[in-house]
Amino acid sequence: MWIFSSPKVVFGDDALEHLEHLQGKRAFFVTDANMLAFGFVERVQQRLAVAGLDSAVFAEVEPNPSLQTVQRAAALMADYQPDWIIGLGGGSAMDAAKAAWLLYECPDADPAAINPMEDYGLRQKARLIAIPTTSGTGSEATWATVLTDTEAQMKLSMGSPELLPDLAIVDSTLVMGLPARITADTGMDVLTHAVEAYTNTLANDFSDGLALKAVQLTMRYLPVAYADGSDAEARGHMHNAAAIAGIAFSNAMLGLSHAMGHSLGAVLHVPHGRAVGLFLPYVVEFTANGGGTRYADIAHFLRLPAEDEAAGVAALAAAIRSLSAQINFATRLEDLGISRDAFEQALPKLVTNAAADNQLFFNLRFADNDELEKLFRYAYEGRSIDF
Amino acid sequence: MAIPFLTDEWAAAFQSAVNGSAAYKVAAETWEGDFYFIGELANGSQRVLYLDLWHGECRNAYIVASASDKSPEFEVSGKIGSWKKVIEKKTDPIQALMTRQLKLKGNMAKVLKSVKAAQELVNAATLVSTEFPE
Ligand SMILES: [Zn+2]
Repeated sequence: MWIFSSPKVVFGDDALEHLEHLQGKRAFFVTDANMLAFGFVERVQQRLAVAGLDSAVFAEVEPNPSLQTVQRAAALMADYQPDWIIGLGGGSAMDAAKAAWLLYECPDADPAAINPMEDYGLRQKARLIAIPTTSGTGSEATWATVLTDTEAQMKLSMGSPELLPDLAIVDSTLVMGLPARITADTGMDVLTHAVEAYTNTLANDFSDGLALKAVQLTMRYLPVAYADGSDAEARGHMHNAAAIAGIAFSNAMLGLSHAMGHSLGAVLHVPHGRAVGLFLPYVVEFTANGGGTRYADIAHFLRLPAEDEAAGVAALAAAIRSLSAQINFATRLEDLGISRDAFEQALPKLVTNAAADNQLFFNLRFADNDELEKLFRYAYEGRSIDF
Repeated sequence: MAIPFLTDEWAAAFQSAVNGSAAYKVAAETWEGDFYFIGELANGSQRVLYLDLWHGECRNAYIVASASDKSPEFEVSGKIGSWKKVIEKKTDPIQALMTRQLKLKGNMAKVLKSVKAAQELVNAATLVSTEFPE
């Protein structure tokens, strides 16, 4: 038995207009200071006003939101009593919105232990709208939430199927102004979601097609969106690809690139997409060395040479590295400006964090601590995986 | 010879499989917490296994007459058929828990930090040649 779920997705360059028909009284924004400064909050508020909704704004979500931030937002929700929660921004804002919403509905829940095994009974007080302003995390279409335990220097990658947004507004006008660096980082996150969702232990018939399509869209349109951020077609396709990959991995989970990426992000503060995308080709090689993978399927779908699994793996890893080169995306940890000393010092923590990350368990080939250490070392130096 | 699931004989075989697992020993090095494994039979009755797990070791494993006999920190329960699918590796344990085929009660924050240990516990169960009741 397995369960496939997806939010209602409204997409296109006028998707925000859909909010003019929203039924409700009060909306509560969970967002960050930039969204306020760029006028994005106001744009959404105008649509809500047409629908007759009042709103309040919490614009204090930081990158890698902490448990404390989530608790502050939930306390304000309790005062305002919204019937809609709106997560507006990148993954951090949307993830914080999910966790704060859960605490608003269930004040006694432990935000550090949000998990899919428990029944929370959400939606008694409010429902959730996610509006992404980057094309990356796919959080608008997933029930995952990643919070940071700042004391333990650990990312808590958690979630509950009940946290799946009711409505995802995938409006590409919100990403037209993204800087090229962010376009590259978030785009590689999309690719990593799609590849991992297609090739892990929980991949399934319902998510496979979505994962393949997201890989294809990213390979085709990420270099275009990176080279010319004003290309509306490329931006639109990448924005869709992020949500599509989100639906795929929300229903199939992720893998080792995310376990290692979460760890690198928490310990050495590398942005999420930059971290997971860097590890992806190494993880492809490592997992393929265990045999029985589906990378050749992806290579076939991309019309890369893939007469057998080995050729498909090689072609896919090469295509990922070639995409990285086109968008000036680092392929070695050394290139991220991490000194050898800093790396060696961080390595034990990198390994234990990755070993404790739940996404590790869905990777087709399990990596033990020794293998994790070697993977980090190879990724530091840019060596192809030979074990 | 296959051993009937959730009997004293099975408990003993499972205990030695857990204690023979080097992977479990490492993964559960810091684990402190006892468990019930509860199997629900088609006729409405239950079989309840009590497990005392401590620092990478299974110190004790035996069948109790009723779930009210002890109050362990954690409880995993489900139909015998659901246990069968997990132990025969047809269903991933996390998948079984997420679809509520198996239900887990207890301190979730603690369990979430020990997923690897839980997985090794299941792996040990797969080593016991098991006969499942109808
Ligand atoms: Zn990601």
